[in-house]
Amino acid sequence: MPEKKKEEETFGLKLSPRLLELLAKLQEIELEDFEMNVGDLEIWLQPGAVAAPTMALPKIAAPAKAKPATIIETDFIPPIETYPGKVVEVKLGATKSEGGTRGKSLVIGGETTPAFYTFERPTLHPPVVTLDVFDMEVPLAKAVKMHVKEVLGDPAAWAKLAVEKFGADMVTIHLITIDPLVKDVSPKDAVKTVEAVAQAVDVPLVIGGCGDPVKDADVFAEITETFAGERFLISSLTRDMDVERCAKFVKKNGHVALSFTPMDLNLARELNRRLYDFLPKEDIVMDLTTAALGYGLDYAFTNMERARLAALMGDPELAHPMSSGTTNAWAAREAWLKMAPEWEPRELRGPLWEVTTALTLLLAGVDLFMMMHPAAVKTLKDVTKQLTNARSGNADRLVEWVSAKV
Amino acid sequence: MDEKEGKGKVGVKELSPIDVYKLLPKTNCKECGEENCMAFATKVVNREVAIEKCPPLLTKEHEKAYKQLKEMLKPAIKEIVIGVGDKAVKIGGKLVMYRHEFAYFNPTAIAIDVTDEMSDEEIMNRIKRTEQFNFEYIGQTLKLDMIAIRSTSNDPEKFKVTVKKVVENTRLPLILCSLNPNVLEAGLMAAPKARPLLYAATKENWKDMAELALMYNCSLTVFAPNNLKLLRSLAKTLLEYGAEDIVLDPGTFPSDGLADTLNNFTMIRRAACKRGDELFGFPLIGVPMTAWVDRGEAPEEIAKWREAYLAGLLITRFADVVIMHSVDGWSLLPPVVLRQNIYTDPRKPVAVEPGLKIFGTPDENSPVMFTTNFALTYYTVASDIENAKVNAYLLVVDTEGIAVDSAVAGRKLTAEKVADAIKASGVESKVKHRKLIIPGKAARLSGEIEELSGWQVLVGPRDSSDIPKFLQEKWQTQA
Repeated sequence: MPEKKKEEETFGLKLSPRLLELLAKLQEIELEDFEMNVGDLEIWLQPGAVAAPTMALPKIAAPAKAKPATIIETDFIPPIETYPGKVVEVKLGATKSEGGTRGKSLVIGGETTPAFYTFERPTLHPPVVTLDVFDMEVPLAKAVKMHVKEVLGDPAAWAKLAVEKFGADMVTIHLITIDPLVKDVSPKDAVKTVEAVAQAVDVPLVIGGCGDPVKDADVFAEITETFAGERFLISSLTRDMDVERCAKFVKKNGHVALSFTPMDLNLARELNRRLYDFLPKEDIVMDLTTAALGYGLDYAFTNMERARLAALMGDPELAHPMSSGTTNAWAAREAWLKMAPEWEPRELRGPLWEVTTALTLLLAGVDLFMMMHPAAVKTLKDVTKQLTNARSGNADRLVEWVSAKV
Repeated sequence: MDEKEGKGKVGVKELSPIDVYKLLPKTNCKECGEENCMAFATKVVNREVAIEKCPPLLTKEHEKAYKQLKEMLKPAIKEIVIGVGDKAVKIGGKLVMYRHEFAYFNPTAIAIDVTDEMSDEEIMNRIKRTEQFNFEYIGQTLKLDMIAIRSTSNDPEKFKVTVKKVVENTRLPLILCSLNPNVLEAGLMAAPKARPLLYAATKENWKDMAELALMYNCSLTVFAPNNLKLLRSLAKTLLEYGAEDIVLDPGTFPSDGLADTLNNFTMIRRAACKRGDELFGFPLIGVPMTAWVDRGEAPEEIAKWREAYLAGLLITRFADVVIMHSVDGWSLLPPVVLRQNIYTDPRKPVAVEPGLKIFGTPDENSPVMFTTNFALTYYTVASDIENAKVNAYLLVVDTEGIAVDSAVAGRKLTAEKVADAIKASGVESKVKHRKLIIPGKAARLSGEIEELSGWQVLVGPRDSSDIPKFLQEKWQTQA
């Protein structure tokens, strides 16, 4: 089954067919309530029995130096900084008045402080989420598949589900079928797929290739031209592609390039520099590669954190909004594998793996998350909302956790 | 931000071996195990060895230099020890705000709570699950670290009995939690020498709590939810009072107030690391279990889920110790693995021992493959071979912990190294064939390897997930 293997590689979902069979045989657990409720919870502190701690303690040996009898008041001055650099703002999607057909466009980037240092400045543009949609049946973790099984093989229906039910800000259409080693579908047919998705939903789209540098370029050429003015995010332009050709058709037809490099800031700078010859900075989002939790997330996190801090310190070649292929979290075996009973159920472990990966990178500065599991998406969006439209907690009642009966 | 924010003392990154060397006795006595004082100084700067390893430095004669060195090397965040004996945990000891600036030391300690109103059975069960939690991960065992005992009864006697029960059944370090000093004192009486972390001093009870911390020689948490001015004032007051080991809690808000929580953690850490604020130069405690408090009617899974991701956020944003309630593996595993990731040393690639690894029961006709000693590569390859259930030899070549493609590009993986590794491994006496399967990403070395080793090279797949297929299609037809 070489075809299947290739697909698995493409998605970073190394699920063996044998395991998929096992997954299929498992009984599903109902997660719907749980997904829908996470964000709807009201603060409800259980009244605990906190006694006034006023009783005196036995006297202790006299101190050498006078001990304070009251609280010594000091000040706290928030450590605010200013930064010479700023991340460029990139607009994704175009409405009718902007030259496209989308119902809305989204702006990402524009940061002037590290991620969620909202004590310095409020977040200008909250990060957005784009959900994966595949143009053919692909191996998926059971925990994901159970939510999309009705729409597998129908990208338009899948996109609709992602937007209407799972709250996707954008949709990524992965054109797996164009891969010469899979179905080698023609650029014209790929256009038809994108057409169907663009008709089904009016959110901005990400156009995902198959990873073959030549075929991707041919397909992207056709799509960018057909959908001129839509400001689709073309995912991705890589160093092994004909960068000049790709950058030119992205520019000419009014789209945005996703500049993808493998975990190396110098390579990212180099590819961005090559793109600058043809594209304005406002047309470039960068992807520095996302490794899964437990499989190099520390590299991804630090690389992104360094890129963002460098951008704020004035490095223009890294001052682009960052995208993360957070779906890669599912490449971790711990995200989908059946493990010993103490680690089950994996239907919960898997999406938590994805959201832990996402939230870690949220704090590094990622602006655009490519994700898959609805519960992970919901949590990321809830946390983002908490961090941007911040409401205060009840400090007086927080103390009650100490004695709360949970 | 380093350049802008380096307003405190000489940053840890700017500290050079010369700075340390100047203050050493310069005897080159080798008592520390290094060749000379300069080599020792380099290791000290890299935090690979403590200055106390230099015997002459600890003599009266060098007292002043020793003190100067201590001050120079002092971490921005004080290192605090909780508990006693081999299970004691160290928290804090951070030198930098961002891990890429140097490395993070002392992984976030994870405590699981019990209460003084739980049944004996439940307490024992939770202790057992905490102690038995272990996950094998790239050659390490990931574990939980502490037990937090909360007084939900507010009854000193009950608390005392519970603390006694816990210390009789575990040697894990403790956090004793109650805002009532009488309750905490009763707990301390049941474990007078256990050196737990006390939780917590507030604006109401700080004096009594400080007395307890002094009397029992414990570290003390200062708790001022979302009030950094008060937190700082309390820290100052307690220091003046004589308490030395302080842990800071600006409050963990699980939903509303989450932004304040992350801001407070970040401001405290920045004030300490970038501005040299000594009142904030202490470890931070986060309490993800607050997610349970406002659970309402929602199922437990929701609280576990929220607690787990809160723990993740706090581990990423500077928490040195966290208190959690869930003991479920599915919810604890992601934060525990994240902690391991964030606390790896970015200066040192994660590596495994080089050498010959054996899978299954290989014989003289079994395939011989090689990979690098980068831990992620090795464990991925190893698990792919294991899953394929093939009998094989895997030669792990020392590339200084670099992955195949980078190692080839950076000359850490060369034909010479491969040829030497074959010789050193003794694999030539184990198999009668002379065929080496090399990673697809090292294909360009094939000619040279054949020349130097005398082995015939088969270029294997670029991704180890294709090893089973490769063996089936290429090896079995060849062999």
